[in-house]
Amino acid sequence: MTDQPGLAVQNVTVTFAVPRVPRAQGTGNRDRSGTPPVLDDLSLSVRSGEVVALLGPSGSGKSTLLRVIAGIIEPDGGRVLIHGVDVTRQPTHRRAVGMVFQDNQLFPHMSALDNVGFGLKMAGVGRPERSERASTWLRRVGLTGFEHRRVTNLSGGEAKRVALARTLATEPAVVLLDEPLTGLDRELHDQLAAELGSLLHDASATALLVTHDPDEAATIADRTVQLAEL
Amino acid sequence: MNRLPRWLLVALAAGPVAGLLIFYAWPFVILVVEAVTEESIRDTLGRSSTWEVVWFTAWQAVVSTVVTIAVGLTPAYVLARYEFRGRTVLVGLLTAMFVLPTVVMGAAFLALLPESLDRTVVAVIAAHVVFNLAVVVRVVGSLWEHLPTDMEAAAATLGASRWKVATQISLPLVRPAVTAAATIVFLFTFTSYGVIRILAAPGTRTIEVEVWRRATQLGDVGGAAVLALLQLAALVAIVSWSTIAQRRHAQAIGLLPTSARRRPRTAGERRFVTLVAAVVSAVAAAPLVALVVRSFSTPTGWSTTAWTDLGRAEIRPGIRIGIDPVDAIGNSLTNAAWATLFAVVVGALASLAIAAAGRAGRALDGGLMLPLATSAVTIGFGMLITFDTAPVDWRASWWLVPVGHALIAVPFVVRTCVGVLRSVDPTMSDAAATLGASPVRAWRATVVPYLWRPLAVGAVLAASISLGEFGATSFLSRSGGETMPIAIEQLLGRTGSLLQAQGFALATLLAATTVILVVLVERLQTPLTRQPER
Amino acid sequence: MSLRATPRHGDSSLRSIAALAMVVGLVAAACGSDDAASTTSAPIADSVTLVTYDSFPEADTSLNDALADFTAETGIDVEILVAGDTGTMLSKASLTAGNPEGDVMWGIDNSLLSRAIDDEIFEPYVATPIADGSVDIDPEFLELVPNDEATPVDYGDVCVNYDIGWFAERDLEPPSSFADLADPAYAGMLVVQNPATSSPGLAFVLATIHEYGLEGWQDYWSQLGANGVEVVEGWTQAYYERFTWAGGGPTPMVVSYGSSPPAEVIFADPPRDDAATGVVEDTCFRQIEFAGVLRGTDAPDAARLLVDFLVSERFQQELALNLFVYPTNEAVALPQEFVDFAVVPDVSRSLDPTLIDTERSTWIDQWTELVLG
Repeated sequence: MTDQPGLAVQNVTVTFAVPRVPRAQGTGNRDRSGTPPVLDDLSLSVRSGEVVALLGPSGSGKSTLLRVIAGIIEPDGGRVLIHGVDVTRQPTHRRAVGMVFQDNQLFPHMSALDNVGFGLKMAGVGRPERSERASTWLRRVGLTGFEHRRVTNLSGGEAKRVALARTLATEPAVVLLDEPLTGLDRELHDQLAAELGSLLHDASATALLVTHDPDEAATIADRTVQLAEL
Repeated sequence: MNRLPRWLLVALAAGPVAGLLIFYAWPFVILVVEAVTEESIRDTLGRSSTWEVVWFTAWQAVVSTVVTIAVGLTPAYVLARYEFRGRTVLVGLLTAMFVLPTVVMGAAFLALLPESLDRTVVAVIAAHVVFNLAVVVRVVGSLWEHLPTDMEAAAATLGASRWKVATQISLPLVRPAVTAAATIVFLFTFTSYGVIRILAAPGTRTIEVEVWRRATQLGDVGGAAVLALLQLAALVAIVSWSTIAQRRHAQAIGLLPTSARRRPRTAGERRFVTLVAAVVSAVAAAPLVALVVRSFSTPTGWSTTAWTDLGRAEIRPGIRIGIDPVDAIGNSLTNAAWATLFAVVVGALASLAIAAAGRAGRALDGGLMLPLATSAVTIGFGMLITFDTAPVDWRASWWLVPVGHALIAVPFVVRTCVGVLRSVDPTMSDAAATLGASPVRAWRATVVPYLWRPLAVGAVLAASISLGEFGATSFLSRSGGETMPIAIEQLLGRTGSLLQAQGFALATLLAATTVILVVLVERLQTPLTRQPER
Repeated sequence: MSLRATPRHGDSSLRSIAALAMVVGLVAAACGSDDAASTTSAPIADSVTLVTYDSFPEADTSLNDALADFTAETGIDVEILVAGDTGTMLSKASLTAGNPEGDVMWGIDNSLLSRAIDDEIFEPYVATPIADGSVDIDPEFLELVPNDEATPVDYGDVCVNYDIGWFAERDLEPPSSFADLADPAYAGMLVVQNPATSSPGLAFVLATIHEYGLEGWQDYWSQLGANGVEVVEGWTQAYYERFTWAGGGPTPMVVSYGSSPPAEVIFADPPRDDAATGVVEDTCFRQIEFAGVLRGTDAPDAARLLVDFLVSERFQQELALNLFVYPTNEAVALPQEFVDFAVVPDVSRSLDPTLIDTERSTWIDQWTELVLG
């Protein structure tokens, strides 16, 4: 038998009132008043080392699925398994799931190096090793010399790369990417798409990326799945 | 072309400017003149008690601030990030504590603490902390509420536990708000007057209290003036330092437009939230409950005598302490009515002028805020020594105390009104112009109507400020015209007698009135501040 | 509360004229303040305000009856304005000098007199009966006011009083000297008043300065402080709230007057014919109190008439039993209980007035630092 899939989502259902006006993210509010579920009995699996792109239009629940996998939102039903382990009841910080947010969410009070090294710090890695590994990652994403830059002064592309480096530095079991290239200008978009693909494959990451752009999906991912089909 | 005519702006601003110059700037000048004599400076700075007082003022303010922030951060977090039943009530309770007159707060703690802690520094600091919790909760909480939660989620995906997220990510991000809150708390506790006069032992004085004591008990006006200016200098230094520090640490964070509160999800979270809410409620409510309870405790046992005999503050037949509690209630109400009227009129004129005048308006705005930065005692003291010679011998005038109160209340009225007026869409008066309205008429029709609701809020604020004012009134009130705070302080000093119970009863009345006014303000204000959902 | 003459009835037209006159008068008064010393062209006012300290009864005593007699004689109402304890009263008067809160002030004593004179709160006036010799007052008292700023109205001795029964119950010999008060055997048994706010409090401090000298009095007060002395702001609080006998409080010794014991006999319930309280004679300090016309009063003639009345026999004869002081009017006979139970020490301490004048605020500052911390 093949080994356990890197990521398995089984029968996940998430119901909450989708407001006309977007609520604050991550509220976790659930309205069980019979509105149609955002995610309805959804199952998906990603093989270890595979990069899967999930396609769907805006507002279709793609981000919600990512947040369920990351543990930011609790599903009403279903399970999430990482390398065969049921993590549905685990809090986010114990899931070994890395996530690159659409708006990066870099920590503004830390330098680029500290941002990238944050996950290592949480894992208890000592300062010298942490600095070295973070520097290495910055180099790998093409940001040599950016160690002590304030992250609030970075351009869109630079910030995205720092966010990537930050997530990948901890070598998580699963990497989630929420519309990673949306909003970047054309040229940057194409350039980063290629880089992203090679970075993920070099790291042998089990990755799930959501996007609405089929070309992007094709460039980066090994396999594309339509949300509507799940 | 469609601007308001200059004469209108001048007419609007004339009253407020005149009032500010006569009742604030001029006494300030007189204060400096009184203080800056070689003798008074030499005597005051040479006296060791001066430096002891300064030292005490400083260290108790630092300790109070540190403890308040430390105690207040967790409730600020819980109230900012979690939605739970009773949350609004708890926030209201904390706000009510903050708005309570200082004498009431002092009285409440006098009632709460056991005899052994009576008149100790511990009591003072405890009162300061509870008083100022609301500052931390509201100032830090409002920033916390709008922090992007995704950043915390991102930290969690990097392996940060709840505690690590709080200390590594959330706290550093709210630092500017913490600095702002700390500055406010420090300023309030540095200039602490009512709490010190009621709760502290007679030898324990802050600069505020020492100014009062030197001027009214020892007759040393020059020395008191030197101390007042010393305090002013310290306050200016602190505010400047804080502004610079805040600017340096300000960072661009993408704040959420709406609040990020959510219900607690796990059992652990629920326990945590319940615990914090319960502890904060107990800490905030206990003093007030103790106050009411003690008003029924007389030397002869539990009874309602303090309440029923409120009008008789007799020690022996015919011998009274010189203050009639019931008269004091009447005096307070009269003063509050006039003070509110003055504050509302001046505040309305000033707000209209400021909102319409652009840069010059900012100068007037800043000027009117000055009395807030100056301690109440300094204001009262300055007025007393300025208006004591003909043709401005106004010491005996019935309106001097309300004017002093209005000086302190006007900033609140202005702040409430200017915000609303400024947010009025200017295109509306353009539309009125296209319909034939002159600039003045257009302004009257489209801007002025927005004034009434915040003005009502401002009026209620002014009333509650006037009722609870103690520092300036200590100087300005005449025998027979004492207000409730003064009566309360006198009565509470008579330990172990029925008079003290009467003091608690009077304080309860004042507390209840203030709370009612605060509730009124919240009711009036809610439609003003509801954010449009985007 | 205050003494008012019975309302006079008049016909309605008179009343409306009076009302109109009042309105005009009020408007005129509101529009400006009077100049200082007004002339006799102003008519005598209807009422006069007597500013006094908080142990002066506002109603229900024979002292108030005497004032009612004044009203009956002159048609001038007397309103009593209690300004707090003496130190506070003086401070308020200083801060309002020239635009006073009342018309006549009662109760500044010799220890505070120089401050009152320096701050010019009084308008010099020699009471008519003193001027024409119909009332005799000890010349020594009059020497204290060489420029007639105020009129001496009463005198007494400020001494430590003790509760005889309390000490007897515990088989304890009551103290008899200053040194005893600092003895640990008497720890925590004495309540004194803050000299910044209370004139007997200040008098007691002056007594200790007299006893221990300019160099030694501070050590003495350190000892008293270590011995648990209690400090309150005013005499009424000390005597009627903290003293065991008169106030049901916890402290058996209090700074009060040599003439306090008679009061405890007179007002004893159940009646008694022996003294309930005693006096530590060694601690007595001579105190003389004054009354005067306040500068800037808008009722100067009425004020002067009141001062005249305050030294008259009719008023002075009520002083002993109500304020527990001796009248300065030498013609007044003392009540028998006073003769029997008041303690007049053989020698009562006093200090040179100029010394008090120059050093008083320094002494109060030093005392505050020492005792209040």
